[in-house]
Amino acid sequence: MSLLQIDNLHLAIHDQPILKGITLGVEAGRVLGIIGESGSGKSMTASAIMQLLPNGTSMTGDILLEGIALTDMTETALNDVRGRLIGMVFQEPMTALNPLLTIGDQVAETLRLHQGMSRREALARAAEVLARVELPPARFPLNRYPHELSGGQRQRVVIAIAIACNPRLLIADEPTTALDVTTQAQILLLLKRLVAEDGMGLILISHDLAVVADIADDLAIMREGEVVEAGPTARVLREKSHPYTRALFEASSHQPDRRAIPTEAPLLEVRNLIRTYPLPRKSIFGKPGMFEAVRDVSFTLDHGESLGLVGESGCGKSTLTRAILGLDAAQGGSISVDGETVVAGQRMPTGLRAKMQVVFQDPYGSFNPRHKVSRLVSEPLHLLEDAPVGPERDAAIGQALGEVGLDETDAQKYIHEFSGGQRQRIAIARALIIRPRLIILDEAVSALDVSIRAQILDLLADLSTRHGLSYLFISHDLHVVRAITDRVMIMKSGQIVEEGATETVFADPQHDYTRTLLAAAPVLEEHVS
Amino acid sequence: MLRYALKRLISLGLSLVAASLVIFLSLEIVPGDPAAAMLGINAEPETLKALRIELGLDKPPLQRYLSWTSGMLTGDFGISYTYRAPVSQIILDRIWISLPLALLALLLSTLIAVPAGIWAATKRGSIADIAIVGTTQLGVAIPNFWFAVILVLIFAINLGWFSAGGFPGWAGGPLPALKALTLPAIALALPQAAILTRVMRSALLDTLGEDFMRTARAKGLSQRQAIWRHGFRNALIPVLTIIGLQFSFLLAGAIIIENVFFLPGLGRLIFQAIAQRDLIVVESVIMLLVFAVIVITFLVDLAYAWVDPRLRSRA
Repeated sequence: MSLLQIDNLHLAIHDQPILKGITLGVEAGRVLGIIGESGSGKSMTASAIMQLLPNGTSMTGDILLEGIALTDMTETALNDVRGRLIGMVFQEPMTALNPLLTIGDQVAETLRLHQGMSRREALARAAEVLARVELPPARFPLNRYPHELSGGQRQRVVIAIAIACNPRLLIADEPTTALDVTTQAQILLLLKRLVAEDGMGLILISHDLAVVADIADDLAIMREGEVVEAGPTARVLREKSHPYTRALFEASSHQPDRRAIPTEAPLLEVRNLIRTYPLPRKSIFGKPGMFEAVRDVSFTLDHGESLGLVGESGCGKSTLTRAILGLDAAQGGSISVDGETVVAGQRMPTGLRAKMQVVFQDPYGSFNPRHKVSRLVSEPLHLLEDAPVGPERDAAIGQALGEVGLDETDAQKYIHEFSGGQRQRIAIARALIIRPRLIILDEAVSALDVSIRAQILDLLADLSTRHGLSYLFISHDLHVVRAITDRVMIMKSGQIVEEGATETVFADPQHDYTRTLLAAAPVLEEHVS
Repeated sequence: MLRYALKRLISLGLSLVAASLVIFLSLEIVPGDPAAAMLGINAEPETLKALRIELGLDKPPLQRYLSWTSGMLTGDFGISYTYRAPVSQIILDRIWISLPLALLALLLSTLIAVPAGIWAATKRGSIADIAIVGTTQLGVAIPNFWFAVILVLIFAINLGWFSAGGFPGWAGGPLPALKALTLPAIALALPQAAILTRVMRSALLDTLGEDFMRTARAKGLSQRQAIWRHGFRNALIPVLTIIGLQFSFLLAGAIIIENVFFLPGLGRLIFQAIAQRDLIVVESVIMLLVFAVIVITFLVDLAYAWVDPRLRSRA
């Protein structure tokens, strides 16, 4: 008998089918990886196992935990199962914990609830559980609050809550998606160790094949509410019998066809750039401290070149971007584009601004929802001295949309009518419309599904070939940077620690930090050979 | 936490100094001669001169400011021109009506609003929720003096349970005094409760959608347990803000209600003092109200820090 058996599970929300006959099994002591793109129903499968479903859900089929049907249980019985027999870890460690309670109390709560411990007993046990997830009480006392911990540490607390009662099954829904690669590697290692020690079953849900392939014993590939392929990891990755599995696999390791030839003529020159922030004042009359977000950074980006900037969260990537765009003033050093010096704020010449455009990470938050696409895309036109008007303007909008693979008629739609990938195309169209020389892509493909990401990378490669565009490609994703850049810079704590031709840096990293990053990044190819 | 309280206390002191300067400048310096303003255009020159000396207007402004503020620190607010009595005594008499009235109204409004808001939020979309939201709409729209008149009609005139107005004083024991304050407090509380209910409801709804509420359910807490242990305290912060604002309003903003019920409170005092151009009383009452608002803000700040550990450590 399997630890968890799901049979022919159908689920609909307000008559909209979400899951269409899911059949899955998880064995004790094994890891099942569920892979799928957004909307594939992988998270809803997890919610169905927990029986924590939104209002208006109707469900048929069986979910058996150790032979007992969760689907037939009363709410009271389910409350007893949740947290005791099934633990769950979520994607967003920053918000998954109650900000007002100490980590000790939050771990202890599960124990008090299910094992009837007193607060004191539960806290003592919580200290042991936190030590198991590598948060030793000596360094992380129980009276710490979530905001005093980093994202990775908070995710450990969430894991501690989930495993406090030694559950039979642990469900981790994108547990490392919001984390840096090095932290991700540590969390995956921790999960693997806990499964081995406790003999529990683990369901690891992810959109990233490489992350899951590393630790899953079995794989299930989901698409549009169905499991298209399932089986032992090695077999699934070797055979790839379903076309979707093959497509997913190819998209994950997609290499866009890049034909642009970089020149030797510098476009963007950053010299000894320093960017500091005042820290909050310690007292009302005290002098605020200073935080150096960017420390003495220098680099050059040539016409037609694609330059990668890699670093973990908080390393100063985004601060550097804002300074280059002239959004914030630098405290030292200089930035110039085509020989013209970048100054922050209103004093920046519009002609200079027109040479640089940016595409941000979040395809949902970076558009005004009340404007039509035509207005959103044409917004940068005001930077031009002879901005097109009337039919010419419409033609420019239509052309920009055409360049990114959208239709002219899309100009009359609102942004909510588009998917994440299409929105990112619109963001690129908005950048392209004034024919900039440089496009800064700030984690521009990080929020996209792999297949969409592959298309956007192709589009970027194609555009740079056609228009001789230069890219500053900022990302935490090493694989993507390798696929799309000529040169790469590795940034850590406000400094560039390594720089060189992309292939050279990836093949033979010189700096310790680069080596750590590369070692931590999950690689798919290894599993196939 | 202590550090945080100390920091807030320093900023409280600075706010008081700034407020006293603004009040002093606007009333005594800017519009010309306060004595002339008090006596009107037909005043005799001798009377004017005598008043100027009585008010200390013959002295330089800095000295006047210092003696005014140092007087207030020792409880000496000067002598009222119209009442011919120490302002401190007049205020003291009135504050024993206004303060209990404000507290009573606030207590009532909180007792109504918090449970109603929680109930509406947890039963979102139900008949109960729709009824509560609809009622609060009415409560916000209807002015409190109208409530006051209706209350008087029903409970004082028809049923005869309460008197229609007046205040017996605290000397005869707390019960008759509280009884006299009951109807005004209800009239004041209802519109405030309507606002607070809506704030409580929307704050809790926001909290219910938070990721940590899902974590709480995944731990095995029931919906009700999750709301009490994790939702409620997180929803309190906007509610505290509104409670603080409402208390400041209730303390001085009860003028109309005090008039409807013939209550000699602070609101009526300031209204009369302005009508009689008794600048000394006006100045002192305004300063006192500013003081009250600043102290309440300070207490609300402390309450924030008590609720939210992130504020404690930021200090």
